[in-house]
Amino acid sequence: MDNPIEKRRLELEKYFDAKSPFALLRVAQMKRAWKHKNRRELTWWENTYIPTVVTGIHLTSKHFFHNLNLHILHLFGLCKDQKAAVTYQYPEQPRPLSARTRTRHRLTKREDGSPRCVACMMCETVCPARCIEITAGEHPDPNIEKFPQKFVLDLGKCVYCGFCVEVCPEDAIRMDTGKLNTAEYSRESMIYDKKRLMDE
Amino acid sequence: MNDILIKFIIASGTIGTMFGVAGFLTWVERKQSAVMQDRIGANRATIFGFKALGLFHAIADVLKMLSKEEFIPQGANKFLFNLAPYLSVTFALVGFAAIPIGNQLVISGKVIELQAANLNIALIFIFAMMSMGVYGVVLGGFSSNNNYAFLGGMRGAAQMIAYEITMGAAIMGVIMVYNTLDLQMLVRGQGDYMLGGWLPKWGIFCQPLSFVLFLTAATAETKRTPFDLPEGESEIIGYFVEYSGMKFGMFFMADLVETVLVSALMTTLFLGGWQIPYLHPDGFHFPWGGMIAMSNWPVAALGVVAFFVKLSVFIWLLMAVRWTLPRFRYDQLMNLGWKILLPASLINIALTAIVMTLLRQTHG
Repeated sequence: MDNPIEKRRLELEKYFDAKSPFALLRVAQMKRAWKHKNRRELTWWENTYIPTVVTGIHLTSKHFFHNLNLHILHLFGLCKDQKAAVTYQYPEQPRPLSARTRTRHRLTKREDGSPRCVACMMCETVCPARCIEITAGEHPDPNIEKFPQKFVLDLGKCVYCGFCVEVCPEDAIRMDTGKLNTAEYSRESMIYDKKRLMDE
Repeated sequence: MNDILIKFIIASGTIGTMFGVAGFLTWVERKQSAVMQDRIGANRATIFGFKALGLFHAIADVLKMLSKEEFIPQGANKFLFNLAPYLSVTFALVGFAAIPIGNQLVISGKVIELQAANLNIALIFIFAMMSMGVYGVVLGGFSSNNNYAFLGGMRGAAQMIAYEITMGAAIMGVIMVYNTLDLQMLVRGQGDYMLGGWLPKWGIFCQPLSFVLFLTAATAETKRTPFDLPEGESEIIGYFVEYSGMKFGMFFMADLVETVLVSALMTTLFLGGWQIPYLHPDGFHFPWGGMIAMSNWPVAALGVVAFFVKLSVFIWLLMAVRWTLPRFRYDQLMNLGWKILLPASLINIALTAIVMTLLRQTHG
């Protein structure tokens, strides 16, 4: 009975039956009540707001003067290794991307510059958004069999899941261009054909 | 004729400078908050490739506001709706007339006070003008025909009236110590020294409690965070919700002008206005002996510089408060105003009276 955990369990059992559908609700209520009961009353001094106001302004001014000093030193070309701001100046200074980040697709090329794709239709089949459309054609080289006459990828539909890259047997499509800002004025220009996927 | 010309130059100079400072504050606010929060802040507006630390954003903002549509909502009281922003700005600006920005200047034997309106009731005048500022808020909220605007206006009225009383009661102590309502005389009074000539007799040293109370009430008077309940941009947009274009800009400017006015008032009342410690009209007299003799012009110029340095310290403080503290709840606001600040300011008056009487008794 002296065990505090046991005591707590008995206390809890008084209030709710674990099988009851309201058990969780009851626990939440009890937690709230416990918090309320054990909440510390603010002292007179704390009720004047002065201590918290002073702490807060001390904190923000510490940041202010530290950063301001660094900004001024940067103007004179000093302390360049310490950053005065944590932000990135986005369009000019892109955020560093992880090597695994899935960005806009590209079609890889053979040594002669033709696409590595053999039009096996794996990516078109696996694509959950159905954004890839391949028209196959016969390749002059009998060892390759097929090549994509058209390879159309609609970035307006793409969900960037990366299944097409996973499924490709020829390593013909990759998502490693590092381009994330696909913004266009029309839906048509979001549709990328073979040439754009290979060269842009 | 000459007198009128000189007055005109000083008045337009003072008010123009203060309005310029208020415009500059839009930049200061952005940059200070950014540096405080480890950001860089507005830096995109350029003229011929020059960024000038983002200073052009103030100009870009004004151009944007001037070119926007002036929208008047259906069912609004057109006359009052158009009048409200002008009232707000005008009453905020008129207060600067009575602020002394420097000591006297002597030009060919003629003494010129560096104060636009040399009133002997300057303090009362400024307070009257500041309370008139509430009309802009109430009329703006009332005439917009919008419930949110109305709510904002009502909140503004209740808040400003509650805190004006504290403000008035808080400076009673200062008035008692320096025994004048004339701000120029009040600043001269702060040129005396205490503790054997070492500590300048500034309001902040004579009346520390009064200073804290006035600072709080004055922050509330500017209607900025943590007292921005009339605005409350996350719940009701506030009394200017229906305003667009430059009329909104005028409300915005009125807030910043009031910040400058309140800082100027605090400088004058508590930090000795244009006084520099140990600087007398004929040069520096140090309490440890020795002096640097100076003529009238450099002394007056140094005074004006000192005034603006102190002004910027207070502006910095108000900005730091605005970007640090979250908004009060309405009941907390009213509790703070009526239950803490007002009794404290009354106690301050009583304490000041007792101490002054005792000092007079001991000094004979």
